[in-house]
Amino acid sequence: MGFFNRLKESLSKTRQGLVEKIENLITGRQVIDESLYEELEEALIGADVGVETSLELMETLRRRVKEQKLRDPARLKPLLQELITDELGTGDSSLNRGGPPTVILVVGVNGVGKTTTIGKLAYYYKTRGERVLLGAADTFRAAAIDQLEIWGRRVGVDVIKHREGSDPAAVAYDALQAARARKMDMLIIDTAGRLHTKSNLMEELKKIRRVLGRELSGAPHEVLLVLDATTGQNAISQARLFSEATGVTGIVLTKLDGTARGGVIIGIRRMLNIPVKFIGIGEGVEDLQPFNPQEFAAALFD
Amino acid sequence: MIFAGLAEKLQETFRRLKSKGRLTEADVDEAMKEVRRALLAADVNFQVVKSFVARVKERAVGQDVLSSLTPAQQVIKIVREELAGLMGGTQSKLNMAPKPPTVVMMVGLHGAGKTTTAAKLANLMRKQGRRPLLVACDVYRPAAIKQLQVLGEQLDIPVFSMGDRHTPVDIARAAVEHATRQGRDLVIIDTAGRLEINEEMMAELEELKAALRPHEILLVVDAMTGQVAVNIAETFNKRLGLDGVVLTKLDGDTRGGAALSIKAVTGCPIKFVGVGEKLDALEPFHPDRMADRILGMGDVLTLIEKA
Ligand SMILES: Nc1nc2c(ncn2[C@@H]2O[C@H](COP(=O)(O)OP(=O)(O)OP(=O)(O)O)[C@@H](O)[C@H]2O)c(=O)[nH]1
Ligand SMILES: Nc1nc2c(ncn2[C@@H]2O[C@H](COP(=O)(O)OP(=O)(O)OP(=O)(O)O)[C@@H](O)[C@H]2O)c(=O)[nH]1
Ligand SMILES: [Mg+2]
Ligand SMILES: [Mg+2]
Repeated sequence: MGFFNRLKESLSKTRQGLVEKIENLITGRQVIDESLYEELEEALIGADVGVETSLELMETLRRRVKEQKLRDPARLKPLLQELITDELGTGDSSLNRGGPPTVILVVGVNGVGKTTTIGKLAYYYKTRGERVLLGAADTFRAAAIDQLEIWGRRVGVDVIKHREGSDPAAVAYDALQAARARKMDMLIIDTAGRLHTKSNLMEELKKIRRVLGRELSGAPHEVLLVLDATTGQNAISQARLFSEATGVTGIVLTKLDGTARGGVIIGIRRMLNIPVKFIGIGEGVEDLQPFNPQEFAAALFD
Repeated sequence: MIFAGLAEKLQETFRRLKSKGRLTEADVDEAMKEVRRALLAADVNFQVVKSFVARVKERAVGQDVLSSLTPAQQVIKIVREELAGLMGGTQSKLNMAPKPPTVVMMVGLHGAGKTTTAAKLANLMRKQGRRPLLVACDVYRPAAIKQLQVLGEQLDIPVFSMGDRHTPVDIARAAVEHATRQGRDLVIIDTAGRLEINEEMMAELEELKAALRPHEILLVVDAMTGQVAVNIAETFNKRLGLDGVVLTKLDGDTRGGAALSIKAVTGCPIKFVGVGEKLDALEPFHPDRMADRILGMGDVLTLIEKA
């Protein structure tokens, strides 16, 4: 299966959520009226796009319809697709590079898929010929280190670790030393899940950042915020607060293989302008794909 | 915050309207728009919001809200009552087996908090005099068994496991036998995270249910879940017949509209809420507190009292 078809297949549930709903709303309608707008707005909200963003999208839609003097409801779908594609931006999803090694810090709230994403990322870059090392800086959650080690074995990359309960910044420091000594191309650091509202835990992330930056200028070159696509409007608060604390440079949107609509990324893009770099579409090593906004929107709509 | 408190918004709306003189039904419509936005911003399912708003409107128009001096407060009072009512009374009790052991099964999506909640629940129930046994039936996720073992060790509560080479049904059966022999009166089964649309994995839960006849099947839901919370809960409920819901990660700033939606659609009571990563951070559910949280208003109580 080609990349595009695989993406489309994994997004089939998202399609069912949003696009088919839009299609159903439109077919059989004769006129574009207020009740149609209202139902379209509900479809967007139902896809976790959010009230604010949905209202704004509908306003633009109304304006365009007026400007272009559209009458046929069928014209609304391509128009909406265009608006959403614009919203998602045209950004390039490749990671910021630096070093060597390129240092990637992975952060996010509890259970979103950080550790799993790191396993998949390591696989992604290893199969592209890069030398990857992992740092187990989640020293807090029960068996988090074991989990990362299993991923390391699965993918065939080493994991630098300390004991459970030790200082995560010290793990990050050691991992960076090891990555340099072993001439690695890339170091990916796992961190413990934490709610963005807990300032002491956000301080801990800042400290990891500082330690990395002191050892290697420009590090971490990429701070990836992992967001669960089933998350609703709270994702915006997560993106905002993690950005403030750690300078997030990219988002990985996971669990898009579920019934999640992932519509919340439209709002995040709009409000915070952080690009989505990868999407997670399963629990296997290969279930990670670079994010391409155009293709994402197209896969949503075609 | 995206949404600056429903209370102020309503006050503002009514003040604006009042300058026109008498309030009309259309004015209530205007206010209901604010209520709708507040609920949607809190991730309450849009279909639930629709019927909810209609019901509140009916009550608001029927009562003397329009002519009252404090219409905003009256509306909020109605909204709050309806919300709390929708989430049901407190019911944080597990179904207990007439003849021990009681078997509890934790189910849910990936990363919702099943394993952690299993351990928290064991801890809570032990405080109430039970003798729990934790059972590691997640044979898929890397280090899932180890995770439960570490938590069990921290609590000094036994964990039954048979590695990842047996089926969950075999493990769970053996665990119940083991519990009976050891005089353990509560068996809490941790299962792997799964998508509700994954046929094979859902069938596995049905098999587990058929083999064990659990007294309690608890759906563990991340409180930050968006609009899909309803679909997820409905599917789990249809296939398994849920006895209760546990809402996790409420220690953050999520409004937790998922809670209301799930209760409204499945009728399944929310029994506990998770409010932290520590193993004592599991609490009984309070519908009224949740209502205030969803509406995003700590200051509302005082407003209502004045009304
Ligand atoms: N279906 C699906 N499951 C995923 C995906 N990514 C991760 N998961 C699952 O989500 C669960 C949580 O993943 P983890 O990688 O442990 O999440 P985490 O963010 O590291 O969790 P903490 O370290 O506890 O905060 C696991 O069961 C993973 O298998 C995905 O893209 N799709
Ligand atoms: N802040 C907070 N974190 C929680 C809460 N409950 C669970 N967690 C965290 O959420 C993450 C996922 O919890 P798990 O218990 O591993 O979730 P799970 O459902 O068993 O995950 P899978 O087995 O991968 O499907 C962990 O980091 C937990 O510490 C809670 O109430 N508050
Ligand atoms: Mg992790
Ligand atoms: Mg688990």
